[in-house]
Amino acid sequence: MTETHYNFAFLDERTKKRIRRALLKAVAVPGYQVPFGSREMPFAYGWGTGGVQITASIIGRSDVLKVIDQGADDTTNAVNIRRFFARTTGVATTQKTRDATLIQTRHRIPEEPLTAAQILVYQVPMPEPLSKLEPRRRESIKMHALSEYGLMHVRLYEDIAQLGAIARAYDYPVVVNERYLMSPSPIPKFDNPKMHMNPALQLFGAGREKRLYAVPPYTRVRSLDFEDHPFEIERWPHACALCGAADSYLDEMIVDDQGGRLFVCSDSDYCEQRREAGHVGTQEAVTLTNVLAAQDAGDGA
Amino acid sequence: MKPGALLSARHVGKAFVSNGAPRWACRDISFDLYPGEVLAVVGESGSGKTTLLRLLAARLVCDEGSVGYHARWPGHAPSDKLTDLAVMSEAQLRQLARTDWGFVEQHARDGLRMNVSGGANVGERLMALGERHYGQLRSQALDWMARVELDVERVDDLPGTYSGGMQQRLQIARNLVTRPRLVFMDEPTTGLDVSVQARLLDLLRQLVDELQLAAVVVTHDLAVARLLAHRMLVMKDGQVVEQGLTDRVLDDPQHPYTQLLVSSVLTP
Repeated sequence: MTETHYNFAFLDERTKKRIRRALLKAVAVPGYQVPFGSREMPFAYGWGTGGVQITASIIGRSDVLKVIDQGADDTTNAVNIRRFFARTTGVATTQKTRDATLIQTRHRIPEEPLTAAQILVYQVPMPEPLSKLEPRRRESIKMHALSEYGLMHVRLYEDIAQLGAIARAYDYPVVVNERYLMSPSPIPKFDNPKMHMNPALQLFGAGREKRLYAVPPYTRVRSLDFEDHPFEIERWPHACALCGAADSYLDEMIVDDQGGRLFVCSDSDYCEQRREAGHVGTQEAVTLTNVLAAQDAGDGA
Repeated sequence: MKPGALLSARHVGKAFVSNGAPRWACRDISFDLYPGEVLAVVGESGSGKTTLLRLLAARLVCDEGSVGYHARWPGHAPSDKLTDLAVMSEAQLRQLARTDWGFVEQHARDGLRMNVSGGANVGERLMALGERHYGQLRSQALDWMARVELDVERVDDLPGTYSGGMQQRLQIARNLVTRPRLVFMDEPTTGLDVSVQARLLDLLRQLVDELQLAAVVVTHDLAVARLLAHRMLVMKDGQVVEQGLTDRVLDDPQHPYTQLLVSSVLTP
């Protein structure tokens, strides 16, 4: 059912045009945070108002929309945003990554490689990667302008000194096109390498902070690290229990009180595609009696 | 000006506006500082010492006169010419401030990053300059902590857990790690107890000698000037009333204010 009381995609045309102009600037200066006039949306802040405004500004009648929350298409945030756009635009929606032309995401990049015909829109809670280190906005703007990013390495140094390794598992800072430091939004660091040289256009919107930024297709994206502590992504000693995939990002679900844990793909579409293709996992939960010992075993693998 | 100066102030002045009228915090101050030389600026509270220091370190912009610095730019042939701080870009000044210069604040908390460990504080400038090897950052941090006589066991502790004297040492280590040629110090020993002051002064004297540092030290403590400085400026009401070799000024003060200053030092 399409709502007829609202303009196409909820926002009025002038607002959408202004956001598109800001997006052009963001694409022209990869990784640079462009301020924009963020509007009140019929969502609470933290539910993807930035991403929704970008999607609303660029969606066309022929687009096919997919919405992901934590990798899945059937979680609250994803269902609501998908229904919002179905009602206000009437465009087709899908759960299949390869059928979508426009994908709005929270916390994940699909496992299936994206193509040049697709646009990925991220919902960003905190666009400024330096905010925890340098609370003065004026100073952090200056640091971006002069490309002074030593401070971010101070944070990584501190992680290694205190914890033995760079402990940041999500929102892991990256440098875009060897120029701007950028927060990749709270995706797991597992997904960071997928941003590098991706054929799809990647757009980022932060509604509360009123800023958006972009990674154009085929742009270099490098995760920060030290020469002797290189960037590494997570690996699991298990494969997905449902589809047997050993190369995907796994969710851990506790299934009983005896320490039984089920590891399954976080990307629900990827898992389903594999199962349809005939791949089968063990279908069994793993029993981990000692979580710390299991982690040690995982590190060694 | 003789050739070879590192820093040169010419008729430097700064006015702050109060009640609509400019009030000069310091005015018409000229001197040259040579490599390896330590200059003390003494005077009573409110005499414009700190304002002068901030003008020299480009933290404030001169309203009158100019400050020249013998900057070495990568890719440029070395020359004796001084560059006016006012014509340098902000990027160049920030680069100078974290490589060629150091600034030791009166309160160590202002100069330190209190939410990261001592080791990270020492390494910050190196990381800003592009050092990306954790092991080397670590060994530099340990090396510098040992050089300023800090317990290397405390390298991973937050500066907030250090004593005041230790924080001041850490601040010094953090500034010296890039081997600056010029260090600005604003009352570096004020607020520390006497025995800690003595050890810190001893350390500073040794480091200045070892690294051939030039330094401008603002202090109201004549003993600090006597111990550290080769030359001194005496300031009163924003003006320099007397300048010369430290021993000369302290042993044979010419200006009535300097005479008063020297005679008011308590000796136990």
